[in-house]
Amino acid sequence: MHEVQYKLVRCTINGRAVEKMIDVRASLTDMLRNDYSLNSVKKGCEVGECGACNVLIDGECFNSCIYLAIWADGKNIRTLEGLLGPNGELSDIQQAFVDEAAVQCGFCTPGFIMTAVEILESGKEYTRDELRKLLSGHLCRCTGYENILNAVEKTMKKRLGKA
Amino acid sequence: MGETVGKSVKRVDAFDKVTGRARYTDDICDKNALVARILHSTVANGTVKHIDVSEAEKIEGVVKIVTCFDVPQHKFPTAGHPWSTDVHHQDVADRLLLTSRVRFYGDDVAAVVAENEVAAAQAVRAIKVEYEEYPIVLDAVEAMKDGAPQLHKEYPNNILNHTSIYKGDYREAIKEEGLIKVEGWYDTPTVQHCHIENHICFAEMEAGRIVVTSSTQIPHIVRRVVGQALGIPWGKVRVIKPYIGGGFGNKQDALYEPLCAYLCTQVGGRRVKLDVSREETFVSNRVRHAIRTHIISWVRPDGTFAARKMECFSNQGAYASHGHGVAAKGMGAFPQLYPCDHVECDAYSVFTNKPVAGAMRGYGIPQAMFAGEAHIEDVAKALNMDSLAFRRKNMMPVGYVDGFSKNENYFDSLNQCIDKGMAYIDYERKLEEYAKDTGPVRRGVGMAIFWYNTAVWPISLESSSCRMVLNQDGSIQLQMGETEIGQGADTAFAQMAAETLGIRVEDVHVVSSQDTDVTPFGLGAYASRQTYVGGFAIKQTALIMKERILKYAYEMARMAPYEMDIVDGKIIRRNDGRVLLTLAELAEEAFYSLTHSEHITAESTYQIKTNAYSFGCSFAEVEVDIPLCKVKLLNIVNVHDCGRLINPALAEAQVHGGMSMAIGYGLSEQLLFDEKTGKPLNNNLLDYKLSTMMDHPDLGVGFVENYEPTSAYGTKALGEPPACPGAPAIRNAILNATGVGIDRAPITPHVLFEAFKEAGLI
Repeated sequence: MHEVQYKLVRCTINGRAVEKMIDVRASLTDMLRNDYSLNSVKKGCEVGECGACNVLIDGECFNSCIYLAIWADGKNIRTLEGLLGPNGELSDIQQAFVDEAAVQCGFCTPGFIMTAVEILESGKEYTRDELRKLLSGHLCRCTGYENILNAVEKTMKKRLGKA
Repeated sequence: MGETVGKSVKRVDAFDKVTGRARYTDDICDKNALVARILHSTVANGTVKHIDVSEAEKIEGVVKIVTCFDVPQHKFPTAGHPWSTDVHHQDVADRLLLTSRVRFYGDDVAAVVAENEVAAAQAVRAIKVEYEEYPIVLDAVEAMKDGAPQLHKEYPNNILNHTSIYKGDYREAIKEEGLIKVEGWYDTPTVQHCHIENHICFAEMEAGRIVVTSSTQIPHIVRRVVGQALGIPWGKVRVIKPYIGGGFGNKQDALYEPLCAYLCTQVGGRRVKLDVSREETFVSNRVRHAIRTHIISWVRPDGTFAARKMECFSNQGAYASHGHGVAAKGMGAFPQLYPCDHVECDAYSVFTNKPVAGAMRGYGIPQAMFAGEAHIEDVAKALNMDSLAFRRKNMMPVGYVDGFSKNENYFDSLNQCIDKGMAYIDYERKLEEYAKDTGPVRRGVGMAIFWYNTAVWPISLESSSCRMVLNQDGSIQLQMGETEIGQGADTAFAQMAAETLGIRVEDVHVVSSQDTDVTPFGLGAYASRQTYVGGFAIKQTALIMKERILKYAYEMARMAPYEMDIVDGKIIRRNDGRVLLTLAELAEEAFYSLTHSEHITAESTYQIKTNAYSFGCSFAEVEVDIPLCKVKLLNIVNVHDCGRLINPALAEAQVHGGMSMAIGYGLSEQLLFDEKTGKPLNNNLLDYKLSTMMDHPDLGVGFVENYEPTSAYGTKALGEPPACPGAPAIRNAILNATGVGIDRAPITPHVLFEAFKEAGLI
């Protein structure tokens, strides 16, 4: 019989300081879904292949399924739920996904949008091919990626004042 | 009228999906649910002699272990087909919840229910199974030979079914003098749907019934199959379908809902969740049939067909699932797309020790088009004729009527689509220019056309039901048995309802989730049927609803119902267009009137007894690095005639997805197996080469909109067609670039290396 071990994980999630005792075996995906009901963090493979569980940790994208929850201690974590404005308004990249018909089944959408946030927050301008590479850690079976790429590219250009 | 259909309105579910609010099966399952895990067979053919669960039972947190020796022995079918009341037309019932006679590596032998995932996984590993192993057979043609290992004793030579289409006199016709014979064998791979949400379901008991919540395309069909599998009345089962993360046909089968429901009954009706891993999804759900196709064409030097022969051998895997339907559909396309007076076609569905093949986007047509359109290119080459000219000369003419489906080719869709595709890719100029390439890196363009039907009539039942319920503010709820699986069905339904009712699309609230207790009966998402068949039910129900509204309006406006109409949410007088009252005013009165209170609703079923051709083509441009045996796809376009577009932006997006699937089918995707053991080798998203964003050029999409005359809103199939022509177009582009015709998909560097070596190119 083994002893289940718990550890206190203190972190900031979508701007709010939180702490909870977490099973040391849990992935960050498990913690965000099960302990904080952040259901945008999706499970598609649980081994870091599909990108559906992608979240921002201190501004950098990670597949949260292969990131231990206890590593999140002291970190600043952002999920799709954190992107809405104070009055429930969509951020520009979310709106672009709606406008460009970049959403179909919606399962890969949260992960894609969080990588897009990382790209957009870099403030850099990328070529379409560079964007393809930056977004290639996400798999999608519905969209052929075309409209997702368009949504990210258009939002990047808008933010840079080039659209 | 005409305000909503045809507009690119935003998806009704887009906001919830970009904010993480859309709830999928796992999101609504209580976190304290018990967890089920399946022990899969580690031999591809054999019998379970003994199972030792003693070690597994000792693991803390294990609640129940059920083995193949414990489950009820009701054999059940799994295909997402409408039930047939004709016993001869029913799906093959060859599955058990768990089986001691295992037929593929990954078959279901035992299941554990535990308090948490870790305990469940540990227990599965601790179960010891002793097998008696039998020889295996993985190839369909090999499996048909005398002496091959037999999978099901009821099916000699492993042939699940063999059907034929014979027309004219092939044997006599090939005696004509001066004919050129072109013959080829074409192979397509085993691929998987790879929806990003794996199959998942959970079951619990409530009021003596089993409630199953599942990621499925077919909730009403799953209800029936769960009832059959457990041997309980179908009304004892309730199935709920929330948002699902893609399906593409895999979830057009009852997958693990029956097992999950059964496990729930074995733990006192407590909630049990069965969440399938990606690795299991690849092997123990469904795959697309690998089909080997043999085609012989006898052509005259003038470029006409004298006679044609086609045989296809469809690898069914271990169980019948969708049965022979997939191979039969693929065969059906052959004599229709290029009609010829003398034809012999034979389709065989053959059991092998591979994962079970079921429905996958295209239902036999991606395979048939790869073979058929590769072959057409080869015939044109043999005749030294331009392949496009050859196609135009021989493809289905305007006015053609199929005797079985009664489908009529009303328009010159194929030529119109080809013209558009050619212009997009600058086909003629590039074909001529690239023909001069002689270096190690050469370019080529190629194309393929495709044939498709809409929905399943007359093979099976086609019906759709719809319910509309008026709210106090004049908006309505719309409920359909047909399911949103990512394709945008809910949005199209809302548009069609708004159009016929004369209200704004934002005033149609689609109840996206199906619940077999409350949702009207519908068959679900498959066969590219929903917009077509749902359209009839929506139009019919909206007209009933409108009649009831206007009847009530008579009491308020004192005008005859037939002198009034609803436009933009207002009741108007037809003669002068004057607004008499708003629908909101009417609704409020109808709900709360002290003299005549009525909840205005409408519900109806429409049985569809038509079908419709859906045509189109794909053009591809490639660059082939001969020494490296690598293909780079430079450009690709699909052009479709799916009738009138209900929502052009969503239609285009749906085509993108199908094209992506076709690119993977042509160039990279295949599920591989160890030849000796039948063990899958790449059942994960790293080794199974699903296209990423880097593997695509920009995807071009064009439409030809010929209003489908049989259709309620002028529309017809678009769900599956985009996945059909891409792979052969790429294959033909590679042929035009290098002179080497590759007769197997996917066209990987390994395949090209052998072919280029043989052709003396390297």
